[in-house]
Amino acid sequence: MSERRLYIDPSRCIGCNACVEACSECETHAGFSMIHLETIQRGDTVQTTPVVCMHCDDPACAAVCPADAIKRTPDGAVQTSLKPRCIGCSNCVFACPFGVPKYHAGYDQMMKCDLCYDRTSVGKKPMCATVCPSQAILYGTPEEIAQGRRGTPINEFVFGGTTVRTKVSLMMPHGTDRLDVKRSAIVRKSDLIQLARVQSE
Amino acid sequence: MAKLPVPVSQIVAEFGPTLNDEPVGGWRGRGEPDKLVKTHCCFCGQQCGIQLKVRDNRVIGFEPWEEFPFNKGKLCPKGVKRYMQNNHPDRLLAPLKRVEGKGFVPIQWEEAFSTTVREIQRVQSQYGKDAVAFLSGVSLTNEKSYLAGKFARLALQTKELDYNGRLCMVSAGAGNKKAFGVDRAANYWDDILLADVILCTGTNVAECSPITTDYIWRARDRGAKLIMIDPRVTPMVRTCDLHLPIRPGTDSALMTAILRVLIEEGFVNEEFVREHTNGWEETRQVALETSLEEASRICGVHVDDIVKAGRMWGAAKTSFLLHARGIEHQVKGVDNVLSCINIVLATGRIGRPGCGYGTITGQGNGQGGREHGHKCDQLPGNREIENPEHRAYICGVWGIEDSELPHAGHTAQEIMNMIHEGEIKALISICFNPLVSLPDSNFTREALSRLEHFTAIDFFLSETAHHADIVMAGSLHEEEEGTSTSAEGRVIRIRQAVTPPGDAKTDTSILLELARRLGRGQYFQFESSEDIFNELRVASKGGTADYYGITYDRIEKEMGVFWPCPEIGHPGTPRLFEDLQFSKPGGRAVFNPTPYRPPAEETDEEYPVILTTGRVVSQYLSGTQTRRLGGLVELCPEPYVEIHPSLASEHGIADGDWMTVESRRGRVTLRAKVVTTIRPDTVFIPYHWPGKKSANNLTGRFLDPVSKIPEFKRSVVRIRKAEGAGPQED
Repeated sequence: MSERRLYIDPSRCIGCNACVEACSECETHAGFSMIHLETIQRGDTVQTTPVVCMHCDDPACAAVCPADAIKRTPDGAVQTSLKPRCIGCSNCVFACPFGVPKYHAGYDQMMKCDLCYDRTSVGKKPMCATVCPSQAILYGTPEEIAQGRRGTPINEFVFGGTTVRTKVSLMMPHGTDRLDVKRSAIVRKSDLIQLARVQSE
Repeated sequence: MAKLPVPVSQIVAEFGPTLNDEPVGGWRGRGEPDKLVKTHCCFCGQQCGIQLKVRDNRVIGFEPWEEFPFNKGKLCPKGVKRYMQNNHPDRLLAPLKRVEGKGFVPIQWEEAFSTTVREIQRVQSQYGKDAVAFLSGVSLTNEKSYLAGKFARLALQTKELDYNGRLCMVSAGAGNKKAFGVDRAANYWDDILLADVILCTGTNVAECSPITTDYIWRARDRGAKLIMIDPRVTPMVRTCDLHLPIRPGTDSALMTAILRVLIEEGFVNEEFVREHTNGWEETRQVALETSLEEASRICGVHVDDIVKAGRMWGAAKTSFLLHARGIEHQVKGVDNVLSCINIVLATGRIGRPGCGYGTITGQGNGQGGREHGHKCDQLPGNREIENPEHRAYICGVWGIEDSELPHAGHTAQEIMNMIHEGEIKALISICFNPLVSLPDSNFTREALSRLEHFTAIDFFLSETAHHADIVMAGSLHEEEEGTSTSAEGRVIRIRQAVTPPGDAKTDTSILLELARRLGRGQYFQFESSEDIFNELRVASKGGTADYYGITYDRIEKEMGVFWPCPEIGHPGTPRLFEDLQFSKPGGRAVFNPTPYRPPAEETDEEYPVILTTGRVVSQYLSGTQTRRLGGLVELCPEPYVEIHPSLASEHGIADGDWMTVESRRGRVTLRAKVVTTIRPDTVFIPYHWPGKKSANNLTGRFLDPVSKIPEFKRSVVRIRKAEGAGPQED
């Protein structure tokens, strides 16, 4: 059996925040969640999605770190910043194409998902994937995904001509092999309401 | 004297809700646990397995319990934060008494018990036994539910006993009994996985029973279709195969129209109907009386979508129908339930793998708590209090004469009405916060203020307990041994992780001591929760909810046992009706025709907008517990009004504006959440908050004639943009 990996399936996400709340319970960063939940255009949809570190093969966060504080383990987990090294400059926060790292003033360092190294290294699932009620965050093997899930996992993303490959996969509709992230001009209905309000005042 | 001793703000300053954001010892100092206790979450009918971390007799954290078969470690945010109650700064640590002008002051247990008993005896000698009421709740274990019923009937000797399940599962219970003769989800959730079509109506599965979404998704992964009936686009509606955006309060019309499609398009399983049911002909006639166009007009759902739903349901080989409070919280709640059961029976899809039906129980022990006799018309084992054989059996178990067993009393809302009218003078309550959870809060507040005596048993000072004369500091879910029964009908073990803190006592010991002081100790000789369970087993034996074969040992070894389980060697019953024998005459299930009845209130020029209420994922019921947990409050700090942009723009309301919603009962002023995910004729407010933020200031005391459930899911209101700032604390 192949090694287990993390898969994110936004179509299943119910926006409950169990992942975020459970993440913040971890002893190593207690009270602070290393992942977050995005609410997408609530005016028009109840779509939400959990944002965990995608664990890039060639992580931009590490590349731009002037203090070399972000390390990648041999099996591909990009770690949270090393405490003595991190200078809190937030380069990584700005560089990450997925918007994952956050600088936390209380800890005075950048902290982000490290795939629950304490749990996965002893055969457990990461905490978020353990609790996720709808299993929008799933920790399993590629075979389990192929047999059990509709949709296709992808781990190749194109940001303005730069291709990023990741350890974590995103579930997409069948037939998708990569995600080409383009700037689009969506106008939200809620924006229109806001606009009308401004004009009426 | 159940008026507030001091202003609410002063009570809140002292007793909360204050937010507990960190575990005992702070985030960095909680240390390694002494033990991990395998128990369950207290916040909803799914009863997820969870392990609590305990150190120095205090709950300090949690660890998922991945071996427990229902949820396999999965938890919603309420489950993640449930551990923070036992060390909470608001936790009541001693009994309290009301002191005019001072608030609530700690007293000794002796005074709490003797005052309560003296007042009960005074009221009963002056006005009669039934002038004292007992209100209970189904977040209690099976043992405490059973004890509450026996306590009210034998210790208080009152017939006026009811419970907060009256606001929860009674419509489903009454429907189940009429159709099947047994009140339980017909299947365990594993049958969802095998269904080809899943129909969910009146249930925001994602927020109210989050773990169930994974069962539905696993079915969808193998190709199952999902039909959702809901006035809002909830997270499961967002991706479903067919959404019927129903007008609140019209459900039976829609399901009856779907039945008509099944009849007209030849999807009825004639053999099943002929061999295993009664009442088909009349039900068929009623279904054919209303045209699809007329149903469409009533429900606000397009005819084509009704036909699509009928075909999707009709053509499937296997199916699972789930419903919840959306259809049950109506003056025709029971009819709505029956209209759902009719399409299950018409297609004969029950009692087989992948063929299922059930209500999604909302409260922690909503299933078990509704079976063992703290309902006004019910005795343990889901027996009926007016059935002479059932009475005789329970009298035998309890060692009393029939004349000593009270007859049927009134339901929860009726009891509150009787308190308001002065017919009931004293109240003991446990696990019930009617000031937030009953409709028409202003009426409830007035009623409570008219009580001559009120003793509340609680672990936090709930809004209702603000009106108490005596408050007895009771126990949390994790502070007492017991069992509960999940939405699937699985009886599971609740573990005492820690003993009650300070001078708080277990709920059981409080009730036992009160019974002893009321001179009725001979009926309450229990040394442990297991003793009570063993009496419950005997009391339920031979009833439809038969627990006789279930023991604490078995539950632990088997990770739960499904009732009915009539003998020790019986494996339990995850799936009901496999032999197609129903607990009705001739072993036949019963069709019940559901001719359309309108809601209690129709919209008019004065009140042109429909209001519906419901839950959010981060809060539980009246919020007594969850409004105190920081992480959860952050996720949804305040109630709000969901409103469609077209309705909002008519009133000049923009996203985030304060808006006032007003009904014939009262008003609230909350922020608008302008979203396209709700019907344009309907607004939605979550109901977990008290006082000026309470959705139940708006709802009415309109009851289903059979189940006596209030019509929370359909009121009529008018709306306007609010002037100035929003609500003030009261």
